[in-house]
Amino acid sequence: MKPPRFGYHDPETVGEVVQLLGTLENNKLLAGGQSLMAMLNMRYLLPDHLIDLNRVTALDYLRESGGTLQIGAMTRQSDMEFSALVRKNCPLMDEALPHIGHRQTRNRGTLGGSLCQLDPSAELVTVAAALDANVTICGPQGERNVAFVDFPLGYMTPAVEPDELLTGVQFPIWKAGHGYAFVEFARRHGDYAVVSAAALLEENAEGKVTRVALALGGATAVPLRMTAIEQALLGNTVSESLLRELCETCREIDAMADVHSPASYRRQLATSLSRRALLLAHERAVAARRTPPLARDGNQSGENRS
Amino acid sequence: MSEHRDIDITVNGTHHRQSVPVRMTLADFLRGRLKLTGTHLGCEHGVCGACTVLVNGRSARSCLMLAVQANGREVTSVEGIAPTPDQLHPLQQAFIDNHGLQCGFCTPGLLTTLIEFLRDNPDPTEREVRVAISGNLCRCTGYEGIVAAALDAARRMRAGNGQTGGASA
Repeated sequence: MKPPRFGYHDPETVGEVVQLLGTLENNKLLAGGQSLMAMLNMRYLLPDHLIDLNRVTALDYLRESGGTLQIGAMTRQSDMEFSALVRKNCPLMDEALPHIGHRQTRNRGTLGGSLCQLDPSAELVTVAAALDANVTICGPQGERNVAFVDFPLGYMTPAVEPDELLTGVQFPIWKAGHGYAFVEFARRHGDYAVVSAAALLEENAEGKVTRVALALGGATAVPLRMTAIEQALLGNTVSESLLRELCETCREIDAMADVHSPASYRRQLATSLSRRALLLAHERAVAARRTPPLARDGNQSGENRS
Repeated sequence: MSEHRDIDITVNGTHHRQSVPVRMTLADFLRGRLKLTGTHLGCEHGVCGACTVLVNGRSARSCLMLAVQANGREVTSVEGIAPTPDQLHPLQQAFIDNHGLQCGFCTPGLLTTLIEFLRDNPDPTEREVRVAISGNLCRCTGYEGIVAAALDAARRMRAGNGQTGGASA
């Protein structure tokens, strides 16, 4: 048997989880297990107790409410991938999901697990950063909400205390017909992205940018919002030359380096992928303005599933 | 003494009730306890895809799941995909007919992965098949035969027959 010895606990309610977190020393929460189980098999981690969240059914939900898409921490990535609610309200997430690992891992992998693992290249982390998601965290004092910008404390370190767990995430829904794009570069399909870019864009009838978000994953230790590019785009008309000029600033990012990709390569990717994501988002916003909403819904689902 | 739990699990239609160490993976349970050694273990950290099984009809890496987590679930391993002991599933026959395997180590994971994929996408493109099997590593055939087998199986299953040799190229 490869995993080390541990005590196993499979509570059924959030209250029981919080209680276990407060009483068990050296514990680890088990969500989808697509990273944690591998680390246990390799004995990188030696927890005394494993608290399995897979029987906490209240954390598995996906609903639209009050202008947000609300997703439970234990919702499987493949349930999000095949959700009509996600496709309709959050096409950026819909586009990002198939990039996460493989079908076999998305069937187990969860939203909460991915965000708490907080790998800088994780697709859902980049998406949450672009959408200014709001994270709900539960502990002995009850629930608290954290804006996603405050969620990553550092490299793979979420703002979740040892006696707390992430329970759900609210993603603000952008106006119907907004432009969106998720692009990434990975060495093989399903690998962690070296760099990914998520762009969101709203334009008015005159084609001026009224709202914009650009997030980069994998370039730095925590997801990076390119606020200077966003500010420069607001009120302007998007053109390829403007994007080319603005995205050049990505060459100043203090990027990470590893054995596969030096910092200079990540800066190059950040520059190209930012430009591509914004351009595609712009093209989609333009196309949406020209297409009546009903036909647009049909086109979008066809395009995303092809 | 490591902690044990009683689990109720249905594997390929047969119900089992066993006491298992909580740290035992589903893959080790299938292979070691039930002697269903068709589920292969390659990397044991979720990369190679050889240990893929269906849990309640959805593909999962059995090396990244504990046996205790499969309590109350239905598992289908490669031994359970053929309709009868002397009849192959059309996907298995297509693998034979299209040289979709050489050493056969990756095959169980590819078959279980493709069963789910073809159920959801009965008429896939070649590109979709390649993405679908991107989480399964094969080190002999180079995937060409595997992709051809998957497309051939899709054709046979759409035509509603599992007969051998009847597929058009």
